[in-house]
Amino acid sequence: MAAESPSEYVNHHMTHLTSGQGFWAWHVDTLVMSAGLAAFVGLLLWLAARRVSGSSTPAGLGSFVEFVYEWVDGEVGSIYHGNRKFLTALAFTLFTWIVAMNTMDLLPIDAPGMVAGAFGAGHWRVLPTADINGTAAMAVLVLILVIGAGLRSKGVNGYLHEWVSAPFGNHPLLWIPNLLLNAIELLSKPISLAMRLFGNMFAGELIFMLIALLGLGLKHASAGSAARLGLQIVLGSGWAVFHILIVLLQAFIFMVLPIVYIAMAEEHH
Amino acid sequence: MLAINATFIGQFIVLLVLLWFIYKVVVPMLAGPIEARQRRIAEGLAAADQGQQSLVQAQVKVDTLVHEARERAAHIVDQAQKRANELVEEAKAQASAEGAKLVAAAQQQIELDATRAREELRKSIAGLAVAAASKVLEREIDANTHADLLNKLAAQI
Repeated sequence: MAAESPSEYVNHHMTHLTSGQGFWAWHVDTLVMSAGLAAFVGLLLWLAARRVSGSSTPAGLGSFVEFVYEWVDGEVGSIYHGNRKFLTALAFTLFTWIVAMNTMDLLPIDAPGMVAGAFGAGHWRVLPTADINGTAAMAVLVLILVIGAGLRSKGVNGYLHEWVSAPFGNHPLLWIPNLLLNAIELLSKPISLAMRLFGNMFAGELIFMLIALLGLGLKHASAGSAARLGLQIVLGSGWAVFHILIVLLQAFIFMVLPIVYIAMAEEHH
Repeated sequence: MLAINATFIGQFIVLLVLLWFIYKVVVPMLAGPIEARQRRIAEGLAAADQGQQSLVQAQVKVDTLVHEARERAAHIVDQAQKRANELVEEAKAQASAEGAKLVAAAQQQIELDATRAREELRKSIAGLAVAAASKVLEREIDANTHADLLNKLAAQI
């Protein structure tokens, strides 16, 4: 990364490895990272689950995954009172996958790019949750499930009736305001979900970049250079430690809110 | 930077695949053993509860048995005491009856002895009286002739 200006450095780190143009552009780095991490999470959970089902006294990885699963199941059970088999699976998937993806932010910021560069890739953004496509895909699935839950619990007629009659009341003059408010309420859910996770991880990544700028372009040993390098190490370590909290907290939020939304969608007004 | 593009489709498919895998494969593998273990724990706790309960019941039974035994022992001791008292009373009564009999016999003996002594005394007084009279009369009185007289005299004494 020698002889780059700060804006070039940041721009370089903000550019996806892209294939295709316009809407049909594929962010290869996001797709490879998220699919690879999904495979990793799936394999890890499968290995752990095999140990849990294989012995009556699981230990190590099996116990840990079982502990996480029971915690997720308890969280879901405290929000949703009904058959929660699928919702537990949904929350478990979202939590484990998002934790895995968010954790990529803790890799040294230039390391993935260097590895990718060795394979001939000019750019490599390692954090799929700092790509709005990554978070929006999950949020849209949640939107579909929310609508599905409403339809399933109220029937097509009941659900459509609620669109025009709630929250203000069933009067022809109020149909338009009801419809508008319901549309805003429904759409705000996936948008806030997607933007919250994206914003948090994007900002976290950006701060890592800004901290990395401190040591950018140091050419010769001097007191000033040493001070900037020291500051970069201290700030980078501090932010990384703090970021562990954000990694888990954002995954937890993205796990709990969909369950809350689905539980709300099944409530009758 | 905020461009939604085809990446979204790819991400959506990845999510669906992972969700399907976790829902169909991982969760059943986890939930089954966990539920089985929870059921076993619940059964163990229930058994422990039952054991506790039967222990309490046994304790109650033991308490009643001990209480009964104690009551019976007290009853037996009571009866024994009563019987002992009765025996003592009987013995006392027997002893006093025996004593009274002995006293009565002794009194009879004493009376008999006294009568005999009186008889002897009378006889000897009669003799003395005869001797004294013969001295007074200066002649011998035939004891046989004057026996009636002497006997009368002796009876008066």
